[in-house]
Amino acid sequence: MSLLRVEGLGKKFGGVNAVEDLSFEIPPGEVYSIIGPNGAGKTSLLNLLTGVYKPSSGRIMLQEHDLTGHPPYAYARQGIARTFQNLQVFFNMSALENVMVGRYMHERCGLMSALLRLPRQARADRACREEAAELMRYVGLQAYLSSAADAMPYGALKRLEIARALATRPKLMLLDEPAAGLNPTEALELDDLIGRLTERGVTVVLVEHNMRLVMGVSDHILVLDYGRKLAEGPAQEVRNNPKVIEAYLGSAVSSETSYREEIAQVVAVAVEMHR
Amino acid sequence: MLAHLASPRTGGLLALAAVIALLPLVLRNSYFYDVAVLVGLNAIVCIGLNLLIGYAGQISLGHAGFFGLGAYGSAILASRYGWPPLAALLATTFAVALLAFIVGRPILRLRGHYLAMATLGLGVIIFMVISTEDKFTGGPDGISVVPFRIGGFVLQGERIWYWVVGALLLVAVWLALNLIESPTGRALRALHSSEVGAEVVGINAAEHKLMVFVISAVFASVAGSLGAHYSGFVTPAKVAFLHSIELVTMVVFGGLASTFGAVVGAAVLTTLPQLLATFEDYEMMVFGAVMIGTMIFLPRGVVPSLARLFRSHRSADADNKANKA
Amino acid sequence: MSPQFVQYLLTGLTVGAIYALVALGFSIIFNASHVINFAQGEFVMIGGMATVSLVAVGLPYLLAIPLAIATAALVGLALEKFAVEPARDASVVTLIIITIGASMFLRGLAMLVWDKNLHALKPITGDKPIAIAGATILPQSVWVLGVTLAIVVALSWFFGRTLLGKAMLATSHNRLAAQLVGINVRMVLFLSFGLSAALGAIAGILIAPITTTSYDVGVMLGLKGFAAAILGGLGSGIGAVIGGLVLGIVETMSAGYLSSAYKDAIAFVIILVVLFFLPSGLFGKRGGERV
Repeated sequence: MSLLRVEGLGKKFGGVNAVEDLSFEIPPGEVYSIIGPNGAGKTSLLNLLTGVYKPSSGRIMLQEHDLTGHPPYAYARQGIARTFQNLQVFFNMSALENVMVGRYMHERCGLMSALLRLPRQARADRACREEAAELMRYVGLQAYLSSAADAMPYGALKRLEIARALATRPKLMLLDEPAAGLNPTEALELDDLIGRLTERGVTVVLVEHNMRLVMGVSDHILVLDYGRKLAEGPAQEVRNNPKVIEAYLGSAVSSETSYREEIAQVVAVAVEMHR
Repeated sequence: MLAHLASPRTGGLLALAAVIALLPLVLRNSYFYDVAVLVGLNAIVCIGLNLLIGYAGQISLGHAGFFGLGAYGSAILASRYGWPPLAALLATTFAVALLAFIVGRPILRLRGHYLAMATLGLGVIIFMVISTEDKFTGGPDGISVVPFRIGGFVLQGERIWYWVVGALLLVAVWLALNLIESPTGRALRALHSSEVGAEVVGINAAEHKLMVFVISAVFASVAGSLGAHYSGFVTPAKVAFLHSIELVTMVVFGGLASTFGAVVGAAVLTTLPQLLATFEDYEMMVFGAVMIGTMIFLPRGVVPSLARLFRSHRSADADNKANKA
Repeated sequence: MSPQFVQYLLTGLTVGAIYALVALGFSIIFNASHVINFAQGEFVMIGGMATVSLVAVGLPYLLAIPLAIATAALVGLALEKFAVEPARDASVVTLIIITIGASMFLRGLAMLVWDKNLHALKPITGDKPIAIAGATILPQSVWVLGVTLAIVVALSWFFGRTLLGKAMLATSHNRLAAQLVGINVRMVLFLSFGLSAALGAIAGILIAPITTTSYDVGVMLGLKGFAAAILGGLGSGIGAVIGGLVLGIVETMSAGYLSSAYKDAIAFVIILVVLFFLPSGLFGKRGGERV
């Protein structure tokens, strides 16, 4: 039985199809990668899978729950978490608090108990703080336990988003270009982190341009082109699929990825300088 | 233990309590007490408004409307219909919360300048209703209000009010600090920074905005009710657009997302016009210039700017010591 | 159409034209800088009050009016230079407070320079009402409508045909891109304040003979102009004009047929209702956020 099932999913902006008639299933416990050239609709698809966009057609089912048309927080409450390509870190808070926000669903308290800070509330708060710290260590951010989010480097912020997403205790975690903007060492560490996520029982959806990473960690790969499915299957199969090699992995890929990585580096540097 | 006392939360509350307890030593006559009571009431409104603007990032240019509804609700129920003041206050607060709940939902869907316009419009509408329905409100002339009494005990005189408002201010600060450090408060701060980031961890942003809008309206309404009983008279000036602006200015002056900043902002900007009153013709000009100057030179507001300065001093000291060693 | 209806329509158009001019001022500054200038109403006041003083010292309209407009424009430029420019990168709330502070400063200054009294300005050409379809219209109202129309035409020529106008338009669409093609966006921002102030002053001079003027007329006119700009959709020129006219007509009609006491309130009720259904106004840009 699959964890996530997508049937005939489509999204139109104006007259343009960002995603068109897309169907696929994600088995539990796997790393499922989505690749494709820029503008293939990968990020749009992630936005659809987390309720950030409402689909124009089709259905999204997580196990037996039909989530189609629900708001993003409903997706989160069913166990879908994500990170963002354009960081959505809460820069007005500390790093630890960012992760604590991720615990929100398991922490919710009545307004009265929040206002009066009942002992129960204070205890829960301490437990939350400890668990958040634990998650930060888990993703390798032990050096930033007392940092403000706006004082952290780009690579650390990407891990912070992963820690925050993990704090929601997700069944399914969507990573939107986690390697973009990272230096080669950081990117290598990501392989390990993704591996540990699946060991934890989290199913991972990976949108990524870094082919070394994708080929290293993926069980299944979905190839998108112009919002449609170009190919899908076990990683080995997709890697050897002539259609994919020709359309994407072959000639275009090397220049495309290096170009992407260059851009990402530039952006990362710009973000650093901006602070 | 010492670290606990020095934390912004406990330390700040203790410091505020000390200021409230010691201030009477320098308050020479009832006029000074009067100003202090006004500061306290404005501070309560600003603490609520800061939860909305500073923490949740939703602007309101109409909070004088809620303040005014509280004042007039209490005035009309207690003075015109002879309700016990406490019952009038509770009923009014409930009604204001209900109103905020009903209008908040559609209004808070708006963003930025559109939200500013909508809240401004709401405030202006409340102002117009209050100044027009003179059968109930006395119109532009205002309405007199009976003193606050609970059972046989009558609250009268600046000194008694000073202690009552001082205690309530402490409670308001305590509530705000609690809320901010709770999961709900973290959710509010999160949606301020990134609404989509908050939603994907399971936070219903619209629900939280509505909740903090209602809370801020309740703070304003309670302060309005008390203010009406205290001064014994309310006029529509308390409901006017300009008063909404004064409240927002206090919050921004003191420092957005700083509960103690809201208190400092209220204290400075409530006292300033009293000082300027001696050369009354220049009052508006100077007040305007102060607003511009603070925003340009202390864009984060007084308290966060000072806190930052203090922190960087301390870390510089630490660096010096480290270098010497 | 009953004569009464025509009368309300004419009055509403006149008031609406004034709102439109103020709203255009809001839009021009918003486009150049994404700042809402809450001091916009003070330019209206300065235009009217300056003309009153200049006429009082014996200047003919032909001289007094351009001088008053120039005064307001200078104040606008100074406002940009000394209050807005130093806080360029501040948050929306900060900029709102700054411009509100500026409006209080200017109002306080006006109270000192002039006084707290109401002042009447003589109509530009006589005050004998002209009859139209059973209703009457003041010659001054004809001036209001005519000048507003001329300004709208002139502005659309300016933004569509001149280099400076196009530069301002480009800046509003994409500040960074405009900068990259060599547009001096700081100059654009600076000039937009001058232009907006001039528009506000013209509105103030035109309306003064009908409603009288005083140091505090800017408050309500500013708010109504902002409301009109929001109604039309911030940043849309045509939206500002239509927003102003709609607001003026609806307000006058409701004052006439419903309740004159709630005239001002009704304008804001309409704004709220429109925003509930069209969160970006009538002609505002709609667009989802990108993640």
